[in-house]
Amino acid sequence: MFSKTVLRATSAIAICAAGTTAFADSHATTITIATVNNGDMIRMQGYTDQFTEETGIAVEWVTLEENVLRQRVTTDITTNGGQFDIMTIGMYETPIWGANGWLVPLDGLSAEYNVDDLLPAMRDGLSHDGTLYAAPFYGESSMIMYRTDLMEAAGLEMPTDPTWQFIREAAAAMDDPENDINGICLRGKPGWGEGGAFITVTGNSFGARWFDEEWNAQFDQPEWADALNFYVNLMNDYGPDGYENNGFNENLSLFQQGLCGMWIDATVAASFVTNPNDSEVADSVGFALAPNSEGVDRRSNWLWAWALAIPAGTQQADAALQFIEWATGTGYIELVAENEGWANVPPGARTSLYENPNYQEVPFAQMTLDSILAADPNNPTVDPVPYVGIQFAAIPEFAGIATEVSQEFASAYAGQQSVEEALANAQAITNEAMEAAGYR
Amino acid sequence: MARAVTTQRKALNTTLAWIIGLLIFFPILWTILTSFKTEAEAIANPPVFLFFDWTLENYAVVQERSNYMRFLWNSVIIAGGSTILGVLIAVPAAWSMAFVPSRRTKDILLWMLSTKMLPAVGVLYPIYLLCIQLGVLDNRLALVVILMLINLPIIVWMLYTYFREIPGEILEAARMDGAGLKEEILYVLTPMAIPGIASTLLLNFILAWNEAFWTLNLTSVDAAPLTAFIASYSSPEGLFFAKLSAASTMAIAPILILGWFSQKQLVRGLTFGAVK
Repeated sequence: MFSKTVLRATSAIAICAAGTTAFADSHATTITIATVNNGDMIRMQGYTDQFTEETGIAVEWVTLEENVLRQRVTTDITTNGGQFDIMTIGMYETPIWGANGWLVPLDGLSAEYNVDDLLPAMRDGLSHDGTLYAAPFYGESSMIMYRTDLMEAAGLEMPTDPTWQFIREAAAAMDDPENDINGICLRGKPGWGEGGAFITVTGNSFGARWFDEEWNAQFDQPEWADALNFYVNLMNDYGPDGYENNGFNENLSLFQQGLCGMWIDATVAASFVTNPNDSEVADSVGFALAPNSEGVDRRSNWLWAWALAIPAGTQQADAALQFIEWATGTGYIELVAENEGWANVPPGARTSLYENPNYQEVPFAQMTLDSILAADPNNPTVDPVPYVGIQFAAIPEFAGIATEVSQEFASAYAGQQSVEEALANAQAITNEAMEAAGYR
Repeated sequence: MARAVTTQRKALNTTLAWIIGLLIFFPILWTILTSFKTEAEAIANPPVFLFFDWTLENYAVVQERSNYMRFLWNSVIIAGGSTILGVLIAVPAAWSMAFVPSRRTKDILLWMLSTKMLPAVGVLYPIYLLCIQLGVLDNRLALVVILMLINLPIIVWMLYTYFREIPGEILEAARMDGAGLKEEILYVLTPMAIPGIASTLLLNFILAWNEAFWTLNLTSVDAAPLTAFIASYSSPEGLFFAKLSAASTMAIAPILILGWFSQKQLVRGLTFGAVK
């Protein structure tokens, strides 16, 4: 009796758990897409029905937080799990995964898609050995967003190509602790894609680099000391309290509430800070190129794209390619523009968008393009480097190393160790990891 | 005089308990409040507590964007299935350890618990590959089994502790009256340990409901539970705190209601055998 009860209960659980395909749909072909919860991606999900109507291909979305998505798709692609037919990945993963044969080359794009229309910087960053492995859905660089009213009140005028020295002067002039206004807000949060990305491009703009041509860490060089000291002094003097915990979203929140004179971050933020529904300062935001240190021929702007790629393990490569053509083609841009206005189309991917007179009227369009064009992933630093990438080095080990290094830097921002100690630790961590990985 | 001190102490304890209770509940309350704000109000500085324009817009957006019922159903199946299966296996195991212990029982118990100290990510790849080989990626049954195995040490430990409080003489008397093993477990031991079993069931259901490593890594569409539902509202570029709060509120609501109605059993079970 007892064993029968146990058997019945276990069987009931198994039947319930295995379930039926109660939620399966009636479409012959269904593709599964893993993506991030960014505004443009969510907007695209809303238009998916149109794609299904046109092609008969149904789409299932798996939306995840960025870090979870990275872990999830990395696990799946390295084990050939075949859970996804399309993955949303960035410029860091694409060339590495393409080189490993984990992605389907996008050779079969149609003539109407016009692959030559993709911005060259985006196309290069998403290719390996000249083969495109992911199609950019939207691209971004970084730029200065500043309060035009505060700048005017300070009696200053923002040049279109400012230096860090001017930025410090402007931050000092706009800083107003009595009214809770910080002169400048910048990322300090640990993580290779958060504060790590920002301090890397800041280093580039002071003439620093992560590695020399022999993969030796360069944190013991004076350029890194200059960059890190400048950043720490600037933020300690005119930045918000606890800036070592601030990433993109925290600074966006501060800027939208009118608590920052300047903010240097992703160009995609421009549409948020100029949206009167969310931003208290929407009508007084100006834009300028990310700064460089005086006399240094590199700016502190990065290059990134969220792109759609097809994992090699998929059984639905043709349907996936059809979706990629639809989502990253010019037709989709026109569809969004028609329904939601030109300011809401996915930016930074296609040359034709910036030639469109309607889009040229969007206030941040030209500065976004100029910032993207000013970024060169093949020559990111003053001195030569053995890697490709601006705010990262496109090698598999970089994410882990840069996260650790950014933690060391963040503890210097918090005053838990000196800049010199943080740089010495970064040097040791990087050299040790590169040696273990066989680069040195 | 002594009575006055007791009253004072009672009042102090009550106040302290309320303060601690409110402190613990505050993050949940704040999440619920934020879910009724606009995105701009959600990040307002200084924060607004109660006096804002209450809106249901976030719930409407979440409802429109996600198939909540599918995620909820998966959570119920996975958490419920793994808990029931776990208890079915753990009851006989805990019985044997509590009433017919061997020389190695203590070591086995410690060894079982030590498996909880292994970081989950350390076995992600082997488990993932196993799921691929067996064709059970994104499958509810696989998650039921995996979460059951993960929580089994805790279930066995809890039941073992409760069973130890039951005098062995009662079971001996049942045997004297002719009860076999299954009668002894089913009709003597289980009714006496009901509060303990109930609290074990509830606690493990909550643990399985909240489990966010395996449920995120081994599911995509068909088996994705509410943890995946919440994860889909966290954004690296964009402020969606109000929508994230609405999704979180929807995800925790069932377990919050369950906990509210069963708090008597929970407390009774947790303090079972504590005071003799």
